[in-house]
Amino acid sequence: MATGRDDFVIAIRSAFLKKKDKQKFSLLTLIFLSIFVIILSNFNFKAIQLIKLGINELIYRSSYIASIPENKLKEVTSKIKSHMELHENYQKKLTEKKNSEQLALQNDFLTLENKKLRELLDESIGSEEIFARVLIDKNSPYLKSVVLNKGSKDNVKIGMAVVDEVYLVGQIIEVNYTNSRALLLSDLNSKIPSVLEPDDIQAVVSGTGNDFGTIEHTQGNYTESFENKKIIAYTSGLGGLFKPGIPIGKIDGSSEGKINFFSDFTQLNYVKIISYKFGEEK
Amino acid sequence: MSSLNKSPFLKIFLSYLPLIMLFFSVFNDFDFNYLNLDYFAFNFVHLLIFFWTLRNPDQLGYLAIFFAGIINDVVIGIPIGISSFCYLILCSVTAYIRNITLSPNFIKDWMSLLFTILLINSIQVIVLDLVFLIKVDYTNYLINSGFTFLFYPIFFLFFNFLNERISFQKND
Repeated sequence: MATGRDDFVIAIRSAFLKKKDKQKFSLLTLIFLSIFVIILSNFNFKAIQLIKLGINELIYRSSYIASIPENKLKEVTSKIKSHMELHENYQKKLTEKKNSEQLALQNDFLTLENKKLRELLDESIGSEEIFARVLIDKNSPYLKSVVLNKGSKDNVKIGMAVVDEVYLVGQIIEVNYTNSRALLLSDLNSKIPSVLEPDDIQAVVSGTGNDFGTIEHTQGNYTESFENKKIIAYTSGLGGLFKPGIPIGKIDGSSEGKINFFSDFTQLNYVKIISYKFGEEK
Repeated sequence: MSSLNKSPFLKIFLSYLPLIMLFFSVFNDFDFNYLNLDYFAFNFVHLLIFFWTLRNPDQLGYLAIFFAGIINDVVIGIPIGISSFCYLILCSVTAYIRNITLSPNFIKDWMSLLFTILLINSIQVIVLDLVFLIKVDYTNYLINSGFTFLFYPIFFLFFNFLNERISFQKND
């Protein structure tokens, strides 16, 4: 029995402390080093922040270069796919186009009217837009986020909205000197105050870790009224970060209460980082 | 063809191939976690580290694995150090198995892999969820662990072939 325990201790000691010919550090040293790194990354000292920023800058840039072949491949696949869908889309677009001109006129009128009314209420909303390219879009199971090529030197700040065309895709959660990380709406940690139209229900759109979202903080009976209706979720502007009315996603009869985001987060190439200034701030 | 086999470039390339694959995977997220397929994901890096640190640890240094972990953390956006710690735990298990095993056995290695990936994924979930308060999807982790375990035999064949080529080039 004692011999068995001795063997175990020897094996453990050998595994952790003994260095092989080509190993420069023992496993135990590196395990302690990684624990030290985890603990250090918890502190917000200036020196640690600077080191973290430096590491992030270096690795994001390297990762961008390393992913060029993969991105090219994705681009080609996407082009082939879109080419295959061209005819089908063309037919759909023809029918859509018939209605779009009328809707565009109606939309212009409503936009002008809305602007006038907001000015009357002194609730005008100004915005500053920064165009950014997506450097890395690693759709990890841990964090649904993208790295953008604009950072603190371009006046990007934490909390700014990230928009693809007119659709909300996320918000900035980390800013480095030349790049920043945006948390996507699909992430588990994403919570966006929103309003569900046409029923005008205040809710929170929460990410699920998948490519759809869920609605939180509404009363149960609202979900019954969703049946056989097309519900659109817009930002409510209640958090004070986003302007009200940015489209987020839709719920229809087939989506079983899930919110299908308007933007396809796997196809993001260029996005707008927007900061809003409300009323008096302007 | 035989002159190609004796090429010094091929010899160097083959000896660094596990390291290249490791860094390519972490930089490029080439670990099949993110195929966007429902209920399918597996971790290539775990398989790579498990095989090479078990069968031919000279090809994959612990320091390189430590740095690969740091890069992986930064790329996927989790607190720095967690992946390094998990990768090194994986190395500790393989080092222990190597020390207690006289004749390597594929089935025993495979079973040890199951234990190890469940251990390191549990550590990762605990650290992320309870310490850093980052919400994680437990089902994803479970599916990932399951497929990583199931895919080991396929990658074992590939890595073993590569390992034999490396040994052949070295002894040549």
